Amino acid sequence: MNWIDIGALDDIPLRGARVVKTQLGCVALFRTDTDRVFAVSDTCPHKGGPLSEGIVHGNKVTCPLHNWVFSLETGQAQGADSGSITTYPVQVAAGRILLDATTLKKRSAA
Amino acid sequence: MQKLVVIGAGMASGRLLEHLFDAAPGAFDVTLFNAEPRGNYNRLMLSPVLSGEKSYGEIITHDDDWYAGNTVTCRFGEKIDGIDRARKVVLSAQGETPYDKLIIATGSNPFIIPLPGHTLPGVISYRDLDDTNAMIETSATPGARAVVIGGGLLGLEAAAGLRMRGMEVTVLHNTGHLMERQLDAAAGYLLRRDLEARGINVITQAQTQSIEGNGHVARVMLVDGTELPCELVVMAVGIRPSVQLAKDAGLDVGRAITVDAQMQTSDPDVYALGECVEFAGTLFGLVAPLYDQAKVLAKTLTDQEDAFTVKELATKLKVTGCDLFSAGDFAEGADREDIVFRDPGRGVYKRLVLKDDHLIGAVMYGDTADGSWFFGLIKDATDVSDMRDTLIFGPAYQGGATADPLSAVAALPADAEICGCNGICKGQIVSAIKGGAHTLGDIRATTKASGSCGTCTGLVEQVLAVTLGDDFVMPTSQPVCKCTEFTHEDVRLLIKTKELKSQPAVWQELGWTTPNGCHVCRPAINFYLLADWPLEYQDDPQSRFVNERNHANIQKDGTYSVMPRMWGGITTPTELRAIADAADKYNVPTVKVTGGQRIDLLGVKKEDLPGMWFDLNAAGMVSGHAYSKGLRTVKTCVGTDHCRFGTQDSTGLGIKLEKLLWGSWTPHKVKLAVSGCPRNCAEATCKDVGIICVDSGYQVGVGGAAGMDLKETERLCDVPTEEEALEVTAAFVQIYRENAKYLDRPYKWIAKVGLDWVKERVVDDLENRRALVARFDLSQTIYRKDPWAPLAAKADTFAPLADLTLEAAE
Repeated sequence: MNWIDIGALDDIPLRGARVVKTQLGCVALFRTDTDRVFAVSDTCPHKGGPLSEGIVHGNKVTCPLHNWVFSLETGQAQGADSGSITTYPVQVAAGRILLDATTLKKRSAA
Repeated sequence: MQKLVVIGAGMASGRLLEHLFDAAPGAFDVTLFNAEPRGNYNRLMLSPVLSGEKSYGEIITHDDDWYAGNTVTCRFGEKIDGIDRARKVVLSAQGETPYDKLIIATGSNPFIIPLPGHTLPGVISYRDLDDTNAMIETSATPGARAVVIGGGLLGLEAAAGLRMRGMEVTVLHNTGHLMERQLDAAAGYLLRRDLEARGINVITQAQTQSIEGNGHVARVMLVDGTELPCELVVMAVGIRPSVQLAKDAGLDVGRAITVDAQMQTSDPDVYALGECVEFAGTLFGLVAPLYDQAKVLAKTLTDQEDAFTVKELATKLKVTGCDLFSAGDFAEGADREDIVFRDPGRGVYKRLVLKDDHLIGAVMYGDTADGSWFFGLIKDATDVSDMRDTLIFGPAYQGGATADPLSAVAALPADAEICGCNGICKGQIVSAIKGGAHTLGDIRATTKASGSCGTCTGLVEQVLAVTLGDDFVMPTSQPVCKCTEFTHEDVRLLIKTKELKSQPAVWQELGWTTPNGCHVCRPAINFYLLADWPLEYQDDPQSRFVNERNHANIQKDGTYSVMPRMWGGITTPTELRAIADAADKYNVPTVKVTGGQRIDLLGVKKEDLPGMWFDLNAAGMVSGHAYSKGLRTVKTCVGTDHCRFGTQDSTGLGIKLEKLLWGSWTPHKVKLAVSGCPRNCAEATCKDVGIICVDSGYQVGVGGAAGMDLKETERLCDVPTEEEALEVTAAFVQIYRENAKYLDRPYKWIAKVGLDWVKERVVDDLENRRALVARFDLSQTIYRKDPWAPLAAKADTFAPLADLTLEAAE
């Protein structure tokens, strides 16, 4: 694990999200109503919608393009839809958001 | 006899001394220093002292006799300036005092936000008896006003106490709901409601700018320009462990003084306990763990084995009449399940959080009688799978009733209006039912309730169900979403009759089954609240669909389109140049002329939106709201200005209409058109409101559509003057805003209520028409503003939070 500070909790609106650009593509950071933070892939597996622009309710987000709903905790699509998004380790310490850099590096070809 | 020096006479060290004298009487020669000029008293009871329910004498825990009886040398009012660990002495103004064992119990200091003016007389914290006395003194002045900064446990206790002493009190809190560490939004809403009911003004999302006054506090200024005149400011935004002494002495200090499970610091002869310590990364602010620490330290000092552990904590607010309880972890999680119970009539909310058949958290408001039982289940990690079905009803109710979905209607008083069209109250319907009307048809026949527009049908049925019980079979109707049993029409009516002015209010009072709704109900409730309470309710961007939150239309590849407003479809060379410049500057791939007579710039990256808006704003243009459930465009033809057939100035009327209506939010999008003659070049007959100019005046049609359905407008009325055309249009838009279901275009809504119902209210009843226009104008004072300008100033929120692609690959 290599935790890096990527910003303050308050940089993310309550029940909202922000993105972080990584070598693996955009990662969306969600802040729920109860101040929990989740890091997941920003890209909906259905048609590539930006999940960070979806409505956050409970620990779930609804994709803004076609209303697929994902659990932010497990990354699994909810209801009748099937598919999943990658989840990444994230933690909040003293109001700062920390992402694990090692899981966000491009996997080497070797 | 060992020499024991204790720095700080607070609740933790007081309890320690009790244990110590019990376990080993006469083993220690104790010297007790305290910076405050008095001994130990129960700080938790300062709130009742402030409110006048108790006196200082009643909250003293250790009096002079107790200290004398245990031969404690009291050095109260004497501050310790330093510790010389090499020589094992503490230093104070009176000289040196030697110790064999030293205990640091310096507690914490209130955190003071360094706002401009925070040093003015009249700005105090809420920590000790002196603060409390200062508050009591100020409250004695008739008409004195107080501002409490901080809506946490301490701040609210201060606010309630000052209010009981007769002061006008305003609480400022910087997040969305009170006590957000201990309560979820629903419980926070109930708490706020109770505090407001006792006359305390609560402002959430408050950003304090400064404290002002000439020699004494006179007012608090908020960032949004609000001015709060006051004679007292209480800062209750949190505490910081008091560690300077330990730090200067070279002890290990993290966020507070680091101790092991025996309360020993990095020096084996120095111990610490209370709010000034950090154990296993945890700080302590409530009294229960402090008492545990005192017990452990007493054993350590008397050579018995014991170890301190961090336990679950429960919180209660000590404000008479506000009954709340919170314990454990009540955040949501995929592996967690919620059990929610709401009784709107009694103002009760209970939420239990379960994980793997164990209770891990509980939030309760209004009825906390079972709090300690639930807390026990959390602490003991009891397996609750066997009692899960009845768990929420508490220990006395294993195997009992289920929550009543009709309780919101049952709780309505007899004079609550159910049918607005006919002015029928709940009591009249209940009388009719008791008089033998047992079906919806009977009720309509006898009272006329729900016989006009029909939107209250669901409520009338619920009154039947509540009154008749099992004798009434409820017809099925479509609820808003799976979070509630109520239909859109029910929710709209209840928001008005019960005066619900926030989303947590709706969730609580109408018994929502989810903590904060879903993507279906949140945008609808947000619209209903802002339409009904334009001044009281604050629009919530996080409850809006992406386009309305970002004020641009998202495209399938995640880029956006930007469309500036062109009033009535009229533009100028300057505006066109600014649009062309923006398209060049931001590499816009597609520039399109739209059907609504304006220019769309497609394929814009999110981070470029603020810059583009800024440039377009600078050229005098504002958002075209091409993305909103609100007024879109007013399409016009050139009318009498240029056309040989034109009968009236259709372009001019179009521009006036657009300037009147822009910025307003509606249940669905609203498109207008004005044609200068019946040839109808502006295609006004398929718009939500279409006006056709004729020689004698203006034909106003409504309810057209050219989307999923193709519908021709129906004639609302003919009016002779432009002024009246504007008035009728505004009134129509307002009655649609006030009554339609979210995402019903006007044609769908008119099909439900009937055009005659609309005509009666907008055309025939002039007084009602003016009232509608007045309410529309009031709402527009808030919403007729360009959303681009403020967002352009917050460009950083549109950019990624961080860019990690620039990090070295390895």
